[in-house]
Amino acid sequence: MAIWLNEDSKILVQGMTGSEGTKHTRLMVASGANVVAGVTPGKAGADVDGIPVFNDVAAAMAATGANVSVVFVPPKFAKAAVEEAVDAKIPLCVVITEGIPVHDSAQFYQYAVNAGTTRIIGPNCPGIISPGKSNAGIIPSDITKPGRIGLVSKSGTLTYQMMYELRDFGFTTCVGIGGDPIIGTTHIDALEAFQNDPETDAIVMIGEIGGDAEERAAAYIKDHVTKPVVGYVAGFTAPEGKTMGHAGAIVSGSSGTAVAKQEALEAAGVQVGRTPSATADLMRKILS
Amino acid sequence: MDLYEYQAKQLFGKHGLPITAGDVATDVDAAVAISESINGPVVVKAQVKTGGRGKAGGVKLAKDPAETREIATAILGMDIKGHTVHKVLVAHAADIAEEYYVSFLLDRANRAFLAMASVEGGVEIEEVAVNNPEALAKIRIDALEGVTPEKAREIAAAAKFDEAIQGQVADILVKLWAVMVAEDATLVEVNPLVLTPTGEVLALDGKVTIDDNADYRQPEHASFDDSNVDDIETRAKAMGLNYVKLEGDVGIIGNGAGLVMSTLDVVAYAGEEFGDIKPANFLDIGGGASAEVMANGLDIVLNDPDVQAVFVNIFGGITSCDAVANGILQAVDQLGDSVTKPIVCRIDGNNAVVGREILTNSNHPLIELVETMDAAARRVAELAAAKKGA
Repeated sequence: MAIWLNEDSKILVQGMTGSEGTKHTRLMVASGANVVAGVTPGKAGADVDGIPVFNDVAAAMAATGANVSVVFVPPKFAKAAVEEAVDAKIPLCVVITEGIPVHDSAQFYQYAVNAGTTRIIGPNCPGIISPGKSNAGIIPSDITKPGRIGLVSKSGTLTYQMMYELRDFGFTTCVGIGGDPIIGTTHIDALEAFQNDPETDAIVMIGEIGGDAEERAAAYIKDHVTKPVVGYVAGFTAPEGKTMGHAGAIVSGSSGTAVAKQEALEAAGVQVGRTPSATADLMRKILS
Repeated sequence: MDLYEYQAKQLFGKHGLPITAGDVATDVDAAVAISESINGPVVVKAQVKTGGRGKAGGVKLAKDPAETREIATAILGMDIKGHTVHKVLVAHAADIAEEYYVSFLLDRANRAFLAMASVEGGVEIEEVAVNNPEALAKIRIDALEGVTPEKAREIAAAAKFDEAIQGQVADILVKLWAVMVAEDATLVEVNPLVLTPTGEVLALDGKVTIDDNADYRQPEHASFDDSNVDDIETRAKAMGLNYVKLEGDVGIIGNGAGLVMSTLDVVAYAGEEFGDIKPANFLDIGGGASAEVMANGLDIVLNDPDVQAVFVNIFGGITSCDAVANGILQAVDQLGDSVTKPIVCRIDGNNAVVGREILTNSNHPLIELVETMDAAARRVAELAAAKKGA
């Protein structure tokens, strides 16, 4: 088991013939992922290292049985690409693209909710990896190994850092949900899936300033999660009103602060580390 | 980006919202000229991107151009919470019978938009939300359906606007939503929306936040940016760097927004031991951490006079640590003699052992390698404190 992505996952890459798409297709394949198709409008018949390219998602799914899409198309075309994947009823659509206007994300998210057939992860995220099983996105595969920890994070490199710190224990699945204000999959979605995954024993949750997703996740943990959870929150020193790299990482007035998030998590029984390494230590103590 | 009130009102006017006559001025004579053209009492309003202008004396009524001269002279150049007033809006002073509030904003929690409206306007809406929550109507707006005339009437009714003006308010809401969508805004707020004694509804003051991710399809928005070209943030932006200036002594460079935010925290914790050393900036050079971007980043950070020492914190994922180490050395080489401050590096992740060897073997007098993030933060805080004290 793992969540959302496993050895049966057949991946198609939207934007595979672009430079980022090609580069990361090769890395996904090298990490053992089953990449079966690419999609670039007008390029049907082409291939990348023998992986066939189709004009649209529906044709790629029909020909290859693909059940996961990874989106690398530029921000301008991302909304159309995601809606096309939703129209084709692909179960999982992982949107790596950074810099999508938030009105576009709000619209394609609502579009997917209305259709009810597609889970969106991202946008502006590193993707999802179930080590040893499959890898959909840009998460490096060789910094950790399969194991029994579940990881959910808003940040890419902090995900990698934590995967690496806890590489002796390994992970069932690591999900980077992205740092945009509107994202398809939340901390709560991942917590619920990890709680229900028999192979996951414990969960690491990484959050950052902005919005109240961590506070809501804390309330969810209190009521629904029985597995041990350790947390980390980035951005204690971020000034009010400044966007810190991620479009969603902003403290507005007194809301969205790291302190409020830490307090909410601790009140829900989550141990929160002061630094990424201290957080990894907390998890190590739980597992040994 | 948050807009100035006069810019928000320009967008309101463009989309047909009823606003008062007026214009923006950068000097007293221009302010007087606008006052003369309005022919009646005006309000002179400091244009600063912060609240509490009224309390600070930045909003004043003038009965004629002579008084406008007096008031504009006082307000231009005034300091309001650290913001110097460079512009004033001179607008017709409308007679006010009632003050209301309407806004649309991005609702992150519900992953949609939210309409907020109240007949208790003209005050801080946060206060209404806390002290009198039933007076603030909140209605979810579906991102695909938007604000139809029916939805607008639903909002106006929910906020208990007088039936006589519900039609006017609904029309304003439809136009305000047009601003939200057409201008790629994440917040549009009218506070106050006023009713005049003659029964007109006008948008008297406005706040708009636009989505920087949409700059590629909003070319007109470039003119809204008045940041000072000499400042470090603007220079960094021109280089395509994700940089925020902070008040502190340690220059920070890292890859990935989350890791950099975390680095700021860890340096601030470590700095408590050394007389409150703090991070001087946020700088995310992106997941790939290429040599070229590293050079640009170091250039920006080393040229910040506040910076005493630099912390380069990289986790090598897809880009392995040997490439990162070579990138750091190339960057330092490229910058040559301008590198005069100690640079503490922590590189970890893919191929970390080889990467560290490359840095160690370079024997660069200013580059110091520390293995863990926490220990590196401590070392850089120590170096910055020593340099600051020297």
